[in-house]
Amino acid sequence: MSNLNLDKNLINSARQSARQIAEDMQKFIDLHTTIAVERTVTRLLGVDGINDVGTPLPNVVVENIKNNGGLSIGAAYYLSNAVLNTGLSTQEIAEKVAAGELELTKLPARPDNEIIDKAYELAEKMVDRIRDNRIKRDEYLNTIGEGKKPYLYVIVATGNIYEDVVQAQAAAKQGADVIAVIRTTGQSLLDYVPYGATTEGFGGTYATQENFRIMRTALDEVGQEVGRYIRLCNYCSGLCMPEIAGMGAMERLDVMLNDALYGILFRDINMQRTLVDQNFSRIINGFAGVIINTGEDNYLTTADAIEEAHTVLASQFINEQFALKAGIPEEQMGLGHAFEMEPGIENGFLLELAQAQMAREIFPKAPLKYMPPTKYMTGNIFKGHIQDALFNMISIWTNQGIQLLGMLTEAIHTPFMADRALSIENARYIFNNMRNIGDEVEFKEGGIIQTRASEVLQKAAALLMDIKEEGLFSTLEQGKFAGVKRSRTGGKGLDGVTEKDAKYMNPFIELMLDK
Amino acid sequence: MSSGLYSMNKREFDITFDPKMVKPYGDTMNDGKVQLSFTLPIKADELAVEAAKLYAMKMGIEEPSVVHMADLGVGYSFFVIYGSSIHTIDVTGIKVTKVESSVMSMTEVDQYISKNIGRKLVVIGASTGTDAHTVGIDAIMNMKGYAGHYGLERYDMIEAYNLGSQVPNEEFIKKAVELSADALLVSQTVTQKNIHVQNMTNLIELLEAEGLRDRFIVTCGGPRISHELAKELGYDAGFGAGTYAEDVASFIAQEIVRRPAQR
Repeated sequence: MSNLNLDKNLINSARQSARQIAEDMQKFIDLHTTIAVERTVTRLLGVDGINDVGTPLPNVVVENIKNNGGLSIGAAYYLSNAVLNTGLSTQEIAEKVAAGELELTKLPARPDNEIIDKAYELAEKMVDRIRDNRIKRDEYLNTIGEGKKPYLYVIVATGNIYEDVVQAQAAAKQGADVIAVIRTTGQSLLDYVPYGATTEGFGGTYATQENFRIMRTALDEVGQEVGRYIRLCNYCSGLCMPEIAGMGAMERLDVMLNDALYGILFRDINMQRTLVDQNFSRIINGFAGVIINTGEDNYLTTADAIEEAHTVLASQFINEQFALKAGIPEEQMGLGHAFEMEPGIENGFLLELAQAQMAREIFPKAPLKYMPPTKYMTGNIFKGHIQDALFNMISIWTNQGIQLLGMLTEAIHTPFMADRALSIENARYIFNNMRNIGDEVEFKEGGIIQTRASEVLQKAAALLMDIKEEGLFSTLEQGKFAGVKRSRTGGKGLDGVTEKDAKYMNPFIELMLDK
Repeated sequence: MSSGLYSMNKREFDITFDPKMVKPYGDTMNDGKVQLSFTLPIKADELAVEAAKLYAMKMGIEEPSVVHMADLGVGYSFFVIYGSSIHTIDVTGIKVTKVESSVMSMTEVDQYISKNIGRKLVVIGASTGTDAHTVGIDAIMNMKGYAGHYGLERYDMIEAYNLGSQVPNEEFIKKAVELSADALLVSQTVTQKNIHVQNMTNLIELLEAEGLRDRFIVTCGGPRISHELAKELGYDAGFGAGTYAEDVASFIAQEIVRRPAQR
């Protein structure tokens, strides 16, 4: 039942345009690979660790291949060939490459069919491990259970993983369902993933596989205690998108921020690079049962929440189609949007309500990720707490999936333990007190709310039509999203992109898409 | 010792305002009433209440009243406390470093520049260093501005370049030279462990090393920045919370006029 009386044909036509946009882009994606994709393949084939100067071995391996002109054939080919030649494990091979004792591209090439068989054999081990993680998550959900939706999502960001654990366990006890460990400032621009447990970060904590493991263990422990499975979230964006996805899949992360458009617009990452990276990262996330979160909410931090609402919807449509192409079911699509209107606007609450309800009706199965007010938060914490309350009301009213809790101290500092407790208390109060309001209240036909939603949908459908004609690359070049212009060959990471050779292989794509 | 809550005791304090002995105000002059909240890393029980109360007394709060305690889990507890501060402040002797320019509207700034400088001013801004947040620099520079205050891009007499976020200081300076900028705006939004201070200091050091410091007006802004801090770090001005594009534009225009060499 539609409470907004949205035009079904218009929704279909918008979705159709988005499908076409994604299909056109997929053609480009399928022809290319990147150093990040190949490092991910290397990791998934069992390589980890660092060399004596701290460079991660997956980087060492892929650089060795790239410097010898082999990137277009891919790491799976060379590693499998090396295993066949030497009888060593992929890890031992990587160590030898790091020691300068082995050149992957200079080993005699074994017959293609042997290499392919070996690659699939090695890949299946990891695919099994990730499948087991998925089963384990389901077991937890079936035995200890989970919190009601909207899941309460809070961040920890101390810079020190061990301190993060304290904060995260406290948050879980206070009622949080999802813990996101914010990454250190600037990690998205590193073209490698740091190694080991870390205790120093700025504005967040390094995403490393060991940090993932430490936090996973801590959340499983506190989850048992509080009787709810606590989901762990990290950030699969930036120059190491698929690597983070791979590491998250290995360590049973549950939620990943995962949006190429976000990286292009807000981190100035090259669009070719990140769209190719995104595809593989989403294949991994899809297979691992990870809920992806897309970053549309960020558009409204630079562009106006009223004038640009349709760009959020258009981007959600595109993200939905990219996700489907990568095998992510709707139930794992945490499409993003945000409560970012200027608080002084008359009836601003009604407009926010219209937009949130619209997203709900257009993407009925998606666990929508709803972001709190940030842009208009001030040092007035008392007013801020009320802004967050209004945001919580809309969320429960429109049945959002993942509620990124607003903090009363948003404009001041990364959350203190008490800030988080107050915001959880705020959300729990409102969610409980207004639980079924959405089932009870209908919107006035042709009123402010219905009119607003239909206006945004019309503009989004028109924009998608334009993008379909123009193509996504040139749309981004023209600055149609978030008011940010990016060039196709600009930004960071383009030199890591290459066209695939006919011999190229990546066994994980097939294994993970087949399930 | 009573808790002070609903106390009927007569207060023995002078209720006349004295600028040399100012105290916080609750509902009676010089009652000294303050509210504070904090977390203690101890479990929430009677002992914690007492500890919080004693801690407040050490902070100079008389008759502190713990009006709320919450268990934060993992053995931490949160407190809301009301009480009366014993301290006074002499406001007659305080010196404040303020941005010394009068604030004009957008139209006035444009007119001021046309009349007194006679050419467009080039202003470049960025969120520098590792800071990935553009909300501050966007609020000041983007056409749309913030909360009804138009950004510098909308000023007829200002050529504004917003370089976005995570701009290294070296690149920022290079761009400033390339565009013959009159003024540089540095935005620092989110910062941890005072990294913004290091980064801002580094910019000034680089400018000085290259002999460029006097060529530009250099200002900074962000929620944690005050004019005083800015001056201390070698900036011409600092803009904290609650300042808008017109504050920055007014300062730059008037500062250029004050520095004849740059006109």
